[in-house]
Amino acid sequence: MTDTHDTRREMPLGLAKRGYTGVIQHLSAKDASSALSDIELESRLIELGFVEGARVEVLHEGLVGRDPIAVRVDNITIAVRRREAMAIIVA
Amino acid sequence: MELPLLHLALVGTPNSGKTSLFNALTGSRQKVANYPGVTVERKEGFFVTPQGRQVSVVDLPGTYSLRGRSPDEEITRDFVLGKASGETVPDLVLCVADSTNLRLTIRLLLELKRTGRPMILVLNMFDIASRRGISVDVERLAKELGVPVVTSIAVRKGGTADLLALTDEISARLAAEPGENSWRALSVAELRATQREADRIISDCVSLPSRPDTWTARIDAIVLHPVGGLIVLALILFVMFQAVFAWAQPLMELLQSGFDALGDFVHATLPEGLLQSFLQNGVISGVGSVIVFLPQIIIIFLFILLLEDFGYMARAAFLMDRIMGGAGLHGRAFIPLLSSFACAIPGIMATRVIDNKRDRLTTILIAPLMTCSARIPVYTLIISAFIPARDVWGFINLQGLVMFGLYAAGITSALVVSFLIKFFMLRDYAPAPFMLELPDYKMPRLKSIAIGIFTRAKMFLQRAGTTIFSMMVLIWFLASFPQPPAGATEPAIDFSLAAMIGKALAPLLAPVGFNWQIAVALIPGMAAREVAVAALGTVYAIEGGKEAAEQIGQVLATKWSLATALSMLAWYIFAPQCASTLAVIRRETGSWGWMAATFAYMLVLAYAASLLTYNVAVALGAG
Repeated sequence: MTDTHDTRREMPLGLAKRGYTGVIQHLSAKDASSALSDIELESRLIELGFVEGARVEVLHEGLVGRDPIAVRVDNITIAVRRREAMAIIVA
Repeated sequence: MELPLLHLALVGTPNSGKTSLFNALTGSRQKVANYPGVTVERKEGFFVTPQGRQVSVVDLPGTYSLRGRSPDEEITRDFVLGKASGETVPDLVLCVADSTNLRLTIRLLLELKRTGRPMILVLNMFDIASRRGISVDVERLAKELGVPVVTSIAVRKGGTADLLALTDEISARLAAEPGENSWRALSVAELRATQREADRIISDCVSLPSRPDTWTARIDAIVLHPVGGLIVLALILFVMFQAVFAWAQPLMELLQSGFDALGDFVHATLPEGLLQSFLQNGVISGVGSVIVFLPQIIIIFLFILLLEDFGYMARAAFLMDRIMGGAGLHGRAFIPLLSSFACAIPGIMATRVIDNKRDRLTTILIAPLMTCSARIPVYTLIISAFIPARDVWGFINLQGLVMFGLYAAGITSALVVSFLIKFFMLRDYAPAPFMLELPDYKMPRLKSIAIGIFTRAKMFLQRAGTTIFSMMVLIWFLASFPQPPAGATEPAIDFSLAAMIGKALAPLLAPVGFNWQIAVALIPGMAAREVAVAALGTVYAIEGGKEAAEQIGQVLATKWSLATALSMLAWYIFAPQCASTLAVIRRETGSWGWMAATFAYMLVLAYAASLLTYNVAVALGAG
């Protein structure tokens, strides 16, 4: 594990637990098995503020399968399913 | 010289306070209609600027971009680009932003600028931003964006004064200098670049405190708790249903007795004959039987609008997403389905919030299975006539239990149908993503809510005045013609077209235990389900119809077997016959085919359920 403050391991936001905080590294729509096409998913994520460098925090989880998640993205809160959040690579 | 009407368009992201700004500008001078060919609500309002310019303003559907990924968003794009059919190109676009949350709006604005339309950025809810310590360098922002910027507090009196003054100023120099439209759909790279540009401008012009809205965080800690949140949701629903069914009752009775009195007045004033019968039985009791639902519709919309304004609706969708997802439904389908308990019509209209076509279609198809309030009179009549009012297990009222069972049967069948639709018809289809902004909580504003309820009540009454009225006239005609021969002793309806149709249908309905009287009553029930109750009263004794209707329960108890009564209850869980619902489905799906499909599948379910219920009941000795 190289999980230090400076070089945290990259992971998809879709696997993050409640309370996780991190910064978006990049988007990788092909890693999410979303119903949307890669381009559409990436566009929508950007439109909701999921861009590189944005601070994210997982605030809440749903009851069934801890899904969906409520994510603080900079200063707004977005609800998203884990399936789509797999496209957001954070560290 | 009278200047031509100035056309404004309001554009903004969802939750930007666009609608409250629209309400603040126009008050109740609003017109709600549909865009031609699509089922997107078109809201237009009118006002006069301080300098006396007449202004029309259109509240366009909220959107995060001009890509147009749903019919709503396509309207917004086409309208701004001047491509929407039958619409004037807006003279001035007001881009509305929630001042506490500028990122997404500034990005949208940068995209909007490419359309070349004259534009103003309205920083709405500026008071909330100031209270949270957010400060915006308005002048610098205007310079960086190249667009005039004005602050507003839509919900406060005079909070839009600056905006009005600026509108006057800009419209005065809106010479014929049409801007160049260089807009085209953005690629992902351009989208990302625009967001970066927006973020740069914001970091230059806005200072954000690192202090999030603590109230929202505190409320969400309870309301979005995996278990606690569901309990809160259940409590809210409980209060809502209590209100819809208990609080509305006195008002509904008042309306009902008002219509009865009006009918009696007509009966007493006009000479016996066709005109009297048409006015009393066709018009007044027909339209009246639908208008009595106005209190329930107002109460359900009061709750929906309050929860929506407060910011809770998105949370409800969040909580229900996975639970409904098991049945192939989208989290956003929760609200439309909930409204359908009052009436499927507002429910089906509310499916517009679902942006995926197939998710929306599934929701529309199952919405009529939710036990709407029009079924209640039928349920209560039959239950009180046939189900003994005793307690089971000492504390549960049997009648209440049956009522609950009927509701549960409706919900269960809706989930099963949704599952089957997903499984058989849309099999190639993976669930649409659930991505939704959870806005900060806001105190709902009474004025905005009042305007919202007013426009919806108006829509409902207009429909009662047109579609439902014409259905009523048709049904009255079927039930009144041909007239009985002189000296006939049987009820007049026995001689009518309705009776002929009913008797023709009777052999088909015999296997489910329905006699021809029920078959006849089902025809007027097409207008609105609860009319079947009055129709039964009419069939069993049209003379003195009113008293008979009051005693109808006792009459039924002697004329029907328990098996027939239970079969009738089972039929009404599905009861496809509601002309208004079918008309709304036709309008919202834009297809006669889906309307026919809904009617057909509900008819099949109703028949199957009644057949099963009747035969099981007969086999158990209730025949």
